[in-house]
Amino acid sequence: MEATLKLLRSAPPTALFGLLVVVTYVLVALLAPLIAPYGETQIVGAQFLPWSDEYLLGTDNLGRDVLSRLIYGARNTVGIAFLTTCLAFLLGCLTGLLAATLRGWTDQLLSRLVDVLMAIPALIFALLVLTITGTSVAALVGVISVLEATRVYRLTRAVAVNIEVMDFVEVARLRGERLPWVIGCEILPNALPPLVAEFGLRFCFVFLFISALSFLGLGLQPPTADWGSMVRENATLITFGDITPLIPAAAIALLTVGVNFVVDWFLHKSSGLKT
Amino acid sequence: MDKIKLLGELARSGQVDRRGFMTGALALGVTVGAASSLWSKTARAQPKRGGNFRLALGSGSTTDSLDPATFDSTFNQVLGYGTLRNTLTEVKGDASIGPELAESWEGGDGAKTWTFTLRKDVTFHSGKTMTPEDVIASVEHHRREDSTSAAKPLVDSIASIKADGPDKVVFELSAGNADFPFYMSDYHLCILPSKDGKVDATSGDGTGAYVLKNFEPGVRASAERNPNYFKEDRAHFDSVELLAIVDPAARTNAISTGEVDMMERVDLKTVNLLARRPGIIITETVGNQHYTMPMITTQEPYTDNNVRLALKHAINREELLSKILQGYGRVGNDHPIGPATSFVAPDIEQRTYDPDRAKHFLKQAGYDTLKVQLSAADAAFAGAVEAAVLFQESARAAGIEVEVVREPNDGYWSNVWLKKPFVMCYWGGRPTADLMFTTAYAAGVPWNDAYWDNERFNRLLVEARALLDEDKRAELYREMQMIVRDEGGTIVPLFASYVDAASDRLGHDEVAGNYALDGLRVTERWWFT
Amino acid sequence: MGKILVMVAQRLALGLLTLFFVSLIIFLSVEMLPGDLAQELLGQSATPETVAAFRKQLGLDLPAHIRYLEWLGGIAQGDFGRSLANDREISGLIAGRLGNTLFLAGLAALISVPLALTLGILAALYRNTPFDRGINVFALTSVSVPEFFIAYILILFLAVQINWFPSISNIGPATDLFDRIYRSILPALTLTLVVVAHMMRMTRAAIINLMASPYIEMARLKGLSPRRVILRHALPNALAPIINVVALNLAYLVVGVVVVEVVFVYPGLGQLMVDSVSKRDITVVQACSLIFAATYVLLNLTADVLSILTNPRLLHAR
Repeated sequence: MEATLKLLRSAPPTALFGLLVVVTYVLVALLAPLIAPYGETQIVGAQFLPWSDEYLLGTDNLGRDVLSRLIYGARNTVGIAFLTTCLAFLLGCLTGLLAATLRGWTDQLLSRLVDVLMAIPALIFALLVLTITGTSVAALVGVISVLEATRVYRLTRAVAVNIEVMDFVEVARLRGERLPWVIGCEILPNALPPLVAEFGLRFCFVFLFISALSFLGLGLQPPTADWGSMVRENATLITFGDITPLIPAAAIALLTVGVNFVVDWFLHKSSGLKT
Repeated sequence: MDKIKLLGELARSGQVDRRGFMTGALALGVTVGAASSLWSKTARAQPKRGGNFRLALGSGSTTDSLDPATFDSTFNQVLGYGTLRNTLTEVKGDASIGPELAESWEGGDGAKTWTFTLRKDVTFHSGKTMTPEDVIASVEHHRREDSTSAAKPLVDSIASIKADGPDKVVFELSAGNADFPFYMSDYHLCILPSKDGKVDATSGDGTGAYVLKNFEPGVRASAERNPNYFKEDRAHFDSVELLAIVDPAARTNAISTGEVDMMERVDLKTVNLLARRPGIIITETVGNQHYTMPMITTQEPYTDNNVRLALKHAINREELLSKILQGYGRVGNDHPIGPATSFVAPDIEQRTYDPDRAKHFLKQAGYDTLKVQLSAADAAFAGAVEAAVLFQESARAAGIEVEVVREPNDGYWSNVWLKKPFVMCYWGGRPTADLMFTTAYAAGVPWNDAYWDNERFNRLLVEARALLDEDKRAELYREMQMIVRDEGGTIVPLFASYVDAASDRLGHDEVAGNYALDGLRVTERWWFT
Repeated sequence: MGKILVMVAQRLALGLLTLFFVSLIIFLSVEMLPGDLAQELLGQSATPETVAAFRKQLGLDLPAHIRYLEWLGGIAQGDFGRSLANDREISGLIAGRLGNTLFLAGLAALISVPLALTLGILAALYRNTPFDRGINVFALTSVSVPEFFIAYILILFLAVQINWFPSISNIGPATDLFDRIYRSILPALTLTLVVVAHMMRMTRAAIINLMASPYIEMARLKGLSPRRVILRHALPNALAPIINVVALNLAYLVVGVVVVEVVFVYPGLGQLMVDSVSKRDITVVQACSLIFAATYVLLNLTADVLSILTNPRLLHAR
């Protein structure tokens, strides 16, 4: 506890801000039903009501409360994006490190498989798979995490290969260390900084990928509240200078900025630079 | 009528919006239809030649072709039919039928034989003169055994076609049909140039107002005025450019920035904001396009007409009209005959939302509560899922629990429509009552989506089709509308208007409602003032 | 050097194999989609009769493996076949679209790659200064909002309000180069904002990651200027991850721009492919995916060769 506090005190203001944002989002997502003034899909009044005391951010094209949908959107969008990113990293890092360390056939096989998967444009691939399986949340998470894992794999492998040829790895091998040890204690710590930076960015990409799918009509399906499709549903309003569709986009932006501030701090700390 | 004029002036100068105009006009005793067409009339001026007309269409796909057998969206319809080619007859702005490539026609033998006399001065863009052989080959293109044309059911009733002299074509039908001249105005049945009985369907050659310059499927097409066009008072633009812009926000931007002169299908959510932009006029055309909810009448519980009537009373049409269409349309009365159709019977009492009556019919059917599944996807029409959700709310008050099943857009027409017992659907509408009933309500036809079979209706339909006495026909069609309304398997909650936006520099005459965009003829009928 | 040539040859052979598997996967996926071309084209107006006639004409009634082998035979002879939907030559259908796509990608790359590298190096050089934080926040923001949203914002300000650029990219075969650039500038800017942050952050991270290395410490202790340390000592060793991330982003510019194409109505290859998928026009889908896959394979090969050239250790036989 004390160590955590000390750590926090040493953090720069941007990182603290980032942490605050992330914690707030997580709380909002977890407590959505308690915070939201109305239900997720409940029609509460007329369409496109302006901002008022009763409906803080007005109502949307069907007369649902925008604030409530924004809050529930945090739960759906952030939750799914986070889960997908974690799965993608689990899969991508593991295979990437294995390929870089083992080389030979494992590397060839995995790299070729990833080549094939990556050679198919992600949106098209998702479009094909989601059309076949139907757009359920499980299918969405599955497809995107496999697709993103290929990107993680490539980066992990590229970084790890550079480290793997370093002398200290050679030394560890000559010492007779076993594979998990070499990966876990020699390669991974040195490969971590770019990977952590990548995690933050990947999370944003997953987030944006889901909203791009919503844009093309294949993301989370209505009436589920989702920030991507909330922007999309009201996009024409932007032409007329109405800022309501900006709010979910700003929510997306704020979270990704926050995540990246935290990541930056971590990057800074783990690089061991004091200046 | 001076007050109407004043109202018109106010509307033109933007001081009165559509809603205000409509309310004002209705208060002055003008009917809804007339008020709405008054509204869509811009400053009338004499047609003027010139200009490059750029039209943004909300459809168009890279798989499009110029073959009329494949016309499935407004892009290839406006291009392939409205701009490049003609049909034998033409539906006019007032929903009556007029001559086009045929100058006159004559029915005989109980409306079983139809003789069309062709115009003599018509040439194709290539310079070839139009002959009866071209007409025959063009119809055969859809009629032949291995035809893949969507218009095949339309020409199936033709038993034989033959030429009679240099300018006459004789159609023998298998049964009498007084509406046959209307059939010949269908956009699929364009007259194409032929050689040895085979038509040239894909080059874009035709008799139409413009000559094709360039066509990139799913992107754009451009055409220039046909100097030899046989209609003297049409084809006012020097050139036309059609752009496929599927994203509504992109279309809205394009017209806001003056990239195009007209856009099809305004995003109704923001229509009021767009109407406030200077230089842009929203045009509403009340047409035959309608949304339907067919119940398969051969499946429980829809076999019982009381259940169908309960559902018909449990839908709040006014709410759907204001929330789904923002008021741009009319409430439906559970029959498919629209305001732009011949033989519409406007005096039939309008069915309204009445949960108590719905409960009453439910009781008659022996139910206290009822649970049904309604399949919906936005492939049926924009807002279909929202409409289903609204129906769910309004039906609850009548003791009916509607479970909305979201279906995928892909494959909706092949896997859901005609297969699931209760679905959302739309019809573009047909120019005549007979055509609409024959296509989707006659027993046994492939698109009878409620699998409805009513003996008296079927008999009346055949009888009315062969009648040439207009008054008698009107009477029969009225009765058929009543039967469909009270016993049919389809809820018809809404008629949706065509809502487009155009630059105020465009002028036009009375706008036809048989299809979108002035009967798909906007490029030859409109002009720059 | 010979080693690299051998590797390139090997990789090209593998690339061909990749393309083969891609075509197989795509073919199987399209086969598994609900509905087929006949049903999709006829839509609501399909009757069992016309659907059957359609299938027969297009050979859709043949078993799947026969259709695939026939298609493969055509490809082996360099014949992409014809579009099933409108019977046009696919090579003709694609050529113009591919040109447009490459033009847009090239334009965006010309703007974004130098920009990203410069900003990344500057950020590393002046790390933790207001400058670093400033461009960091800018990059984070640009990467944080959906690309269609960036596009709409650009349209709102640059097209609708001050009317500098057109809101839609109405370009055709006859458009001249200047006009082409003018009409493509908004989509290119959108794409720049989308990709620049990723490349910039990776450049910065890769360089900073090396700053703790003993040899950099050594260089600094020798009293070299920070500029020289970064450009001469850190950058060459940081090139491998940078090149990789640039290659990924270049590939994205070619294959992943469907959304931008939709918003600006840009007649590119992505739109063609999405359309063809929704209509089940399998020959066009196959041709597009082969082009995308080939682009990807070649860019990766280039990236890998460059990474090896920049890290001689990778050339050592073990």
